[in-house]
Amino acid sequence: MPVLLGVIFVVMLTIDLLPGDAVTLMLGEHATKDAVAALREHLGLDKPFVVRYLDYIGQLARGDLGRSIQQNRPVSAELADAWPATFELTIGALLIAAAAGIAAGVASAVWPNSLFDALARLGALFGLSMPIFWTGLVLIVVFSLWLNLLPVGGAGSFTHLILPAVTLALPSVAMIARMTRSAVLDVLREDYVRTARAKGVGEFWVLGRHALRNAFIPILTLIGLQSGQLMGGAVLTETVFAWPGLGRLMVKAIFARDYVLLQGAVLLFALAFVIINLLVDLSYGLLDPRITRQG
Amino acid sequence: MNAWMRFCRSRLALVGLVLVVVLALSAALAPWLAPYDPSRQSLIEKRAKPFGKYVLGADEFGRDILSRVIYGSRVALLVGVLSALIALCGGLLLGMIAGFTGGWVDAVMMRGIEILLAFPYLLLALAIVAAMGPGALNTTIAVGIWGVPAVTRIVRSSVLALRETEYVGAARALGSPAPALLCRHILPNVVPGLIVYATLFMANAILLEAALSFLGLGVQPPTASWGLMVSSGRDVLLVAPHVATVPGVAIMIAVLGFNLVGDGLRDALDPRLKGGG
Repeated sequence: MPVLLGVIFVVMLTIDLLPGDAVTLMLGEHATKDAVAALREHLGLDKPFVVRYLDYIGQLARGDLGRSIQQNRPVSAELADAWPATFELTIGALLIAAAAGIAAGVASAVWPNSLFDALARLGALFGLSMPIFWTGLVLIVVFSLWLNLLPVGGAGSFTHLILPAVTLALPSVAMIARMTRSAVLDVLREDYVRTARAKGVGEFWVLGRHALRNAFIPILTLIGLQSGQLMGGAVLTETVFAWPGLGRLMVKAIFARDYVLLQGAVLLFALAFVIINLLVDLSYGLLDPRITRQG
Repeated sequence: MNAWMRFCRSRLALVGLVLVVVLALSAALAPWLAPYDPSRQSLIEKRAKPFGKYVLGADEFGRDILSRVIYGSRVALLVGVLSALIALCGGLLLGMIAGFTGGWVDAVMMRGIEILLAFPYLLLALAIVAAMGPGALNTTIAVGIWGVPAVTRIVRSSVLALRETEYVGAARALGSPAPALLCRHILPNVVPGLIVYATLFMANAILLEAALSFLGLGVQPPTASWGLMVSSGRDVLLVAPHVATVPGVAIMIAVLGFNLVGDGLRDALDPRLKGGG
């Protein structure tokens, strides 16, 4: 909670320092001074920063995010329209990233220094170095233009989801694969793995029941942190694929200087990030009985 | 074996070093290396295919893409280096104050840092750029500020550890004032870790600058910035894919170079931390 209040404070403060303001943009360059002043008063922009901050917190407590300046619709309605698309995209990407990343990482750790390991590590290096907006465009060229398999952009069917979700997932696949590899390699050196092998447990069970379970905590932490990366990346991916989600809404809000909408969108992203990482923290207890909530 | 030799033993790190040197040379020698003026337009040759008169083709205004990529390395490096400096200076100052003072100052500062870290990646920089308006300088500042919280945390934790060491205790017992203590005994021990972080940060800074410029919130036209070039090539993606894809390769090479050098430095400076990747 204090973190979210702080996020609102930082966002409002940065937007407050904004040079070109929303009012002149709405009324045009030639608006009379009176009209500008009247609209400023109407939007509450004439009040000092601290008052506006407290007002906004009060509004939030009543579940009111204010009205968007450009569309004059409630921000909550705008966000409600956009978030399912972003949710679908980020969850899709997170699943791809977790599945591909963990699979590649485990395979690398089980056969270290093999050809697969070398290729996976090289792939991870490239995955971390490619700008995702560019990866998206390359995928469009290959799969939509040359192979004519998948749609160029927009949302609607499952086929529309594939390219954006893969694009968004790639850097996280790389991160998760690297982390999984080193975590599993560490665990495989532990005494209990040697014990399990010595008592004749099959290699598959050694991996599944003893190694992976213990390697999972750092991997899960990383997945939680990657969710933030995915949300930021969603802004870019949505722009590339004309995906009607929160990211595009935010970019539009920035260009329109629609600070009320922007505030709401950033707040929603930060809220989602905090909740995901809270869930990750809580799941430690399930994975490792030694960890209790008292720490 | 010293750090430099350990660094050279890693082939990947050397590849990274070569990439970074190539990048630096292309930025420094841009006017001599570029075959054409990066802003010279030639509308009859717009969207010219690669490997013709222009090695990498021409963009939608008939400007030579190779020349623009070469000049773009200046923007990428400049934004990268300056923002890394901002992040390092800001983070060093805040981290040393928080770590050395302790008590409520430390508590308040760390809460603030936590709030900044609660912003998902890119969103903080987006908010800052949204507030300050687009442009190369503002982008640099936004990227730099984005890096401050992480540097602060790194510096603070190493200052906390160093504060308890015997030689710092001895210096303090000899009556060394706090600033001298920080500069002479603590700073030199914090720097090696920061060099590694700064190198990896450069990779992210170049990516972030490209992303902001791609969204139209970073460097503004007609400056040749890689992110901006990808963005303008997007409009002609289906008829001339090379306009958008070629500058992206430049971004990837630059980022790859800094990532490899950063990984190599980390392994060389602290062999115990040898990365898994």
